[in-house]
Amino acid sequence: MKLIEAIIKPFKLDEVKDALNEIGITGITVSEVKGFGRQKGHTELYRGAEYVVDFIPKIKLEIAVVDELVSKVVETIVNTAKTGRIGDGKIFILPMEEAIRIRTGEKGGEAI
Amino acid sequence: MKYKMSLVKLLLVALTVLAPFAVLAEEAKAPAAPAAAPAAVAPAAAPAPAAAPAAAAAPAPKNVDPVLNTGDTAWMLAAAALVLLMTPGLGFFYGGMVRSKNILSTLMHSYVAMGIVAVQWAIIGYSLAFGPDAFMGLLGNTSKALMHGLITFKDGAPVYALFQNVPTETGSIPEYVFSLYQCMFAIITVALISGALAERIKFSAWCLFVLIWTTIVYDPLAHWVWMSDGWLFKKGALDFAGGTVVHLSSGISALAAIMFLGKRHGFPTERMAPHNLPFTLLGVGLLWFGWFGFNAGSAIVGPNCSDAAGGLAGLAFTTTTIAPAAAGLSWMIAEWIHGGKPSALGFGSGVVAGLVVITPAAGFVEPGPAIIMGLLAGVICYMGVLMKAKFKYDDSLDVFGVHGIGGTTGALLTGVFATVGATGLLSGNIQQFITQIIAVAAAGGYAFIMTLVIAFILEKTIGLRVEKEDEIIGLDQTQHSESAYN
Repeated sequence: MKLIEAIIKPFKLDEVKDALNEIGITGITVSEVKGFGRQKGHTELYRGAEYVVDFIPKIKLEIAVVDELVSKVVETIVNTAKTGRIGDGKIFILPMEEAIRIRTGEKGGEAI
Repeated sequence: MKYKMSLVKLLLVALTVLAPFAVLAEEAKAPAAPAAAPAAVAPAAAPAPAAAPAAAAAPAPKNVDPVLNTGDTAWMLAAAALVLLMTPGLGFFYGGMVRSKNILSTLMHSYVAMGIVAVQWAIIGYSLAFGPDAFMGLLGNTSKALMHGLITFKDGAPVYALFQNVPTETGSIPEYVFSLYQCMFAIITVALISGALAERIKFSAWCLFVLIWTTIVYDPLAHWVWMSDGWLFKKGALDFAGGTVVHLSSGISALAAIMFLGKRHGFPTERMAPHNLPFTLLGVGLLWFGWFGFNAGSAIVGPNCSDAAGGLAGLAFTTTTIAPAAAGLSWMIAEWIHGGKPSALGFGSGVVAGLVVITPAAGFVEPGPAIIMGLLAGVICYMGVLMKAKFKYDDSLDVFGVHGIGGTTGALLTGVFATVGATGLLSGNIQQFITQIIAVAAAGGYAFIMTLVIAFILEKTIGLRVEKEDEIIGLDQTQHSESAYN
C-alpha cells in the first residue's frame, strides 16, 4: 500500500477529483495549504506600501491506494493537473504500513 | 529618536513652504490699507448728487424676526442624521485597513467618539463653539451650557429657540436642530484622528484624548471659523463645510499625536496589509452618502434664508458628487501609472480625498472647478500618502496624507476658484487667497500645538501606548477581551 500526496493548483481540484473518480478511487483527503517552490510569490501594493507574498495557496490531496493502482493514479493526476506552466505542483509517494476502517475494523486493502 | 528627527524634518519642510506665504500675507496687508482709503474717498467726492438717490433706492436691509422654515428644518434633520452615519462609515473605512486582530478596537475608536462627544456637546461643547463670544472671537462663553435657552416655557407651553443665520432674512430652523447638526461634525472630526493612532493606542488614553481634544481644539476652531463673531469668520475666511475646522485640524493633529505615540511594532518591515478591503469600500460608500448631509446641509450657514434646502444646497450636492468622482479616477489613474495596477483601495481613497478637498469649497465653486479640484485631490493626496514611506513616520491609515494634505489643498483652492457668494484668486481677489492661507496657518498651527500638549500630558500621566506584548496579541483581545471573527 502507498500513500500518494499531490500538491496541485487550486483551480484544478474538481478536474482531478472527477478523473480519480473515473478510475475507481473511492476516497481522497483534501487540504488547503500554502508553500513555495520554483514559482515565486507575488507582490501586493497598498497605498504605496509593498508587501511580498512568499507563500502561494495550493491544494494537497492525500490518496491511499493498493500498490497496483499507484501508477494509474499518478498518471491520472499528472494528466489532469498539468498546465505546462511553472507551479503545477508535485506528487510524493510514501510507503504505508497499515490502513484500518474505523467502523468495521477491517484492515489492509479491504479498508481502503 | 531617528523617527522623531524625520518628523521634525518634515515639519521644517512644511514651514519653509508656508513661510513665504506668511511673509507675502504681511506684505500684502500693509499696502492694502492705504490703497483702500483713497478708493473709498474717490467715488464719494466725484458725483455726489448721483450717489444720493442710489443710496435712497437701496436702503440697508433691516433686521427681521426669525420665522420657522419647515422645509429647511426637515432637510436639516435628515442632514444631521446623514452626518452621524459618517462616523460608523469611517469606522468601517478604517476597520477594513487594519489587521484582523485590531478591527474591533478600530471600530470602537469611532463608536466611542459618538458616545463621548455627543454628551460633551450637550454639556459644554455647543456653548463653547456656538455660544456668544467670550473673548476676542476665540471661544464661546458658557451661557448655553447644557443647551440652556434652546427651550423655554411660557405659561407652561414650550417655546423653541430659533437659529437665524442672517439677521436680515426671516428663515430659521429650531436651534436644537442646528446644534445637533453641528454635534455630528464634532463627533466625526475627532474620530478621523484615530486612523493615525490605530493598532497601538491604549483605549483609556483614546477616550481621554477624545474628550480633551474636542473641548480645547475642536470647539474653539468651530467658533473661530463658523460663529459670526469668530475672528476668522470676521476676517472673511471661506470654509463651507469644514475643510479647515474638520479635515485640516484632524489631519495635522494626527501628525502631532504620532510624534509621541511612535511607530507600530514591526513597521515598516512586517506585513500590515488591510485585512478586509470590502469593509473599507463599504465605509467609502457610507462616507460619501453621509457627506451629502455634511456639505449640502452646510448651506444652512449660507447667505439666504432659503439656502438650507434650496439652490445653494443643490450646488453643494452637485460638487459633492462630481469632485470625489473625479478624485477617485485621478488617484486610480495615478496609481495605475506609478504603481502598475489600479487598486480598489486606491479608488476608494481617491473618493475620500475628493470629498475632503471639496468640503471647504462645496457651495463656493461651480461644477467646472469642482472637477479640477477633484482631479487635483486624487493626485496630490496619492503623493501625500507616498510621503509616509519617504519620511518613515507611521500614520497607520494615512490621516495626515488624506485629511491634512487634502484639507489644506481644499482650503487654499477655495481661495482660488470661489465664484459663488465670494470671489477667489481667479476672479482677481488676491486678498481672499491670502485670508485662506492665514486661516490654514492659524487653524493648523493651533491644532498642532494643542495636540502636542495633550499627547505629551497623556503620555506622561497614563501613557498613550499599550504594552508591546499587548500590541502583538492585538488590541481587540487585550483592550476589549473580544475577537471579531469566531
